[in-house]
Amino acid sequence: MKSILIISGILLFASLNTMAASITIGPHQPIRSIRAGIATAAAGDTLWIEAGTYREGNMVLDKSLVLLGKGFPVLDGENKFEILTIKANGVVIKGLKFINTGVASMNDLAAVKAIGCANLRITDNRFENTFFGIYFANTSQSWIEGNQLQADAEAEHQIGNGIHMWKCSHITVNGNTIKGHRDGIYFEFVTNSLITRNHSEGNLRYGLHFMFSHNDEYRNNTFVNNGAGVAVMYSKGVKMIENVFEYNWGSAAYGLLLKDIRDSFVSSNTFRKNSVGIFMEGSSRIQFQENTFMNNGYAVRLQASCDDNVFERNNFLANTFDVVTNGTLVLNKINSNYWDKYEGYDLNKDSTGDIPYRPVSLYGMMVEQMPTAVLLWRSFLVYLMDRTEKAIPAITPENLKDELPSMRPYDIISQRQ
Amino acid sequence: MISFRNVSKKFGKLQVLDSVTLDVYPSKSYALIGPNGSGKTTMIKSLLGLVVPTSGDIVFEEKSILTDWQYREKIGYMPQIGRYPENITIGQLVDMMRNIRPSQDKIDEELIDAFKLYKIYDKKMHSLSGGTRQKVSAALAFLFNPPVLILDEPTAGLDPVSVEIFKEKITAEKLKGKLMLITSHVLNDLDELTTDVVYIFEGRIQYHNSIEALKRETNEKRLGKAIATLIQQKELLDSITE
Amino acid sequence: MTRVIKYIFYDLLRTRFILLYTLFLLVSTFAMFQIDSDPGKVVLSLLNVVLMVVPLISVVFTTIHFFNSYEFIELMLAQPVNRRVIFFSEYISVATSLCGAYVAGIGIPSLLFGADSSVFTLLFTGVMLTLVFVALAFLSSVLTRDKAKAIGIALLFWFYFSLIYDGLLLWVVYTFCDYPLEKITLTLIAFNPVDLARIIMLLQLDISALMGYTGAFYKSFFGSHMGLLFSSSILLVWIALPLWLAMRIFSRKDL
Repeated sequence: MKSILIISGILLFASLNTMAASITIGPHQPIRSIRAGIATAAAGDTLWIEAGTYREGNMVLDKSLVLLGKGFPVLDGENKFEILTIKANGVVIKGLKFINTGVASMNDLAAVKAIGCANLRITDNRFENTFFGIYFANTSQSWIEGNQLQADAEAEHQIGNGIHMWKCSHITVNGNTIKGHRDGIYFEFVTNSLITRNHSEGNLRYGLHFMFSHNDEYRNNTFVNNGAGVAVMYSKGVKMIENVFEYNWGSAAYGLLLKDIRDSFVSSNTFRKNSVGIFMEGSSRIQFQENTFMNNGYAVRLQASCDDNVFERNNFLANTFDVVTNGTLVLNKINSNYWDKYEGYDLNKDSTGDIPYRPVSLYGMMVEQMPTAVLLWRSFLVYLMDRTEKAIPAITPENLKDELPSMRPYDIISQRQ
Repeated sequence: MISFRNVSKKFGKLQVLDSVTLDVYPSKSYALIGPNGSGKTTMIKSLLGLVVPTSGDIVFEEKSILTDWQYREKIGYMPQIGRYPENITIGQLVDMMRNIRPSQDKIDEELIDAFKLYKIYDKKMHSLSGGTRQKVSAALAFLFNPPVLILDEPTAGLDPVSVEIFKEKITAEKLKGKLMLITSHVLNDLDELTTDVVYIFEGRIQYHNSIEALKRETNEKRLGKAIATLIQQKELLDSITE
Repeated sequence: MTRVIKYIFYDLLRTRFILLYTLFLLVSTFAMFQIDSDPGKVVLSLLNVVLMVVPLISVVFTTIHFFNSYEFIELMLAQPVNRRVIFFSEYISVATSLCGAYVAGIGIPSLLFGADSSVFTLLFTGVMLTLVFVALAFLSSVLTRDKAKAIGIALLFWFYFSLIYDGLLLWVVYTFCDYPLEKITLTLIAFNPVDLARIIMLLQLDISALMGYTGAFYKSFFGSHMGLLFSSSILLVWIALPLWLAMRIFSRKDL
């Protein structure tokens, strides 16, 4: 029974293949416009688009077509139009260059928009000065790979998101580069999806904006110098692995903002030079393992609304504050991390310090409670206070301590360079 | 001419000078005498501007010195205890003074020669004995050929030979018409060097006259005796008035 | 005046302290650059030196120097030299040699190891703090005739501005933490040259991001031309005021 199905599947595929035609569009071809090409093509056909500039307003793809660019033909929206609107499943778009979509405050004009589709592939395209780059709604089983999106807006309201997903599932976003949009990658109500090897840099708001999206995984991405870093909110079952969060520096910027996240996994990431490495509130049951926090202002800001989180085998290096919290009740576990500020000893040579390390400094606590106190930072007074508090803890949370601080930084394989 | 006009000075509660009024004139040499702590040095220091009077005025050639400093060109001062930057040599000190005080007058190096100071020009100040220091102070006071000379205990600590050299120098300068103010405990020295006596006691000038007059009044031939008699007379007078 | 300055300089150089101070700064700056390759972090470490060591050395050295040159001052005062000239000569000589030591000690290694603009701010604030604390030390020196007492007063100035004042500031922040305090604290910071120097330096190092709203407010203030003018002139006031007071006392002082 199974074999029959497979054979019939192969036959069906072969017959489709033989039926599919190939149409070439270009300035020197019989068919000069893409619009005409789409009109003449039948579902399953391939449209080859030759280099040139095509100003054809909004084009609707209502059949399963394969659009392939030769030498990056330019599709120009003339600052007025949405360029491609996909209304069919199985569309492939590859090797095109989209420029100058319209800008609108009511409609989300995009270079490529798909609503209610499946099995789409948007690969190796270039987007320049687009309002939204790739916009999917109610779409599933699709791939967005190897695209380069570049915009240069100055204010958030002038620009949309690079890759915008709304109510989708089973999407793979892989190997894209997104620069200068509002949010680099935007996920809302997206489930069971994969975000890998993307590079999101210099976006005005978040490098990755992630809401109500459960059971997704993002891995090996780099988020650099985005307005407010990366925000992951109101989700559960998120895996964040081997990403790099860098240079998210500003008074309201975070490497990673976790808000109302549950049952998730944050591992082997690198947080470097962020004003706050991880800011978390209302989050619980998250495992933080083998992350490296380096040169951040605050490595971790753990609000009192978080519980049952576990920090294990992370490296804390050269951060101004390692951990700050705004409460005294401690419901999280911090164990076996490496802290460069640890001054204890290891008499029994088991590579673990013999006295616990308290990552929360008195001054850190004070700044949490009265932000104005930050103006005393690096003063002699603060230095003395922290020293005293370390010697005789009185105010910092008694239980917030690492009982088994590592004497040496962990060698985390993914972070070797 | 220098005149002290009602000069008073208090150090805290201590009244060191009590409305001192005194005129001194060129070509005369004044012996400023009085017991320890009577206010001689304070008087000299206020003339030099080192001490600022609490009230009163000091006039140097018709000009108040309280806001002036240029008049000090005309004064040579030899302090009671010569205090100098310790780690420079005598030669450097002399050079420095000549540098700081470019004088139009002829430089007078007679004392430097007489005391043979040039032989020890490379000695550091801190290595000098009290007597040598005095020699340096004396040489510096006379160096710029000033019309006014103030000598605070000039002969203290000097060996007899040097004292004689020094006295000769003072007499010579006096003859040139210079105004001299000398304090000393060695009254016999003053006998030879001075023309007038100013006796200070408890911040007040008790007596001011020429030495001749003093000796006549007291029927004594030597200044030492004359002063002693003067003090006795005073005490007698005081006991009567009391 | 130049002649007097020349002799004071000569005297200062002979004590070798200035040379030792330069050497100390050179060695520690070199060491910091050796240990840490990131110039930004070295500048932060040097900031501690600037805020603590520079004022301390300035007050102690100046007071000791003043009393050691009492003889010289006395000698000069019996000469036809204006008191103001002597006073300013002393100030200029001491301040210049300490500033020179500081600029050479911090500046040379920083230039060798490749410095950014923050080093210039560091040099500027350090020089300003030196000038301020030398002036304060002169003030404490003329306030009393006793060397030990004068050093005590000078150290008190140092202690007050490095520690006690910040304690009071913290108390204010703590007591009134429910009110918007930005402008008040800004004013309060102007009353402490060490804090002023520290904040200018921290903002230069872009630490403002950690300072939340306060940081943004301060950054916008100190980043503007007005703010720069304001902070520089406040520091100048901090130099001029003690100096003027000290001179007034000195010109009436009995020696």
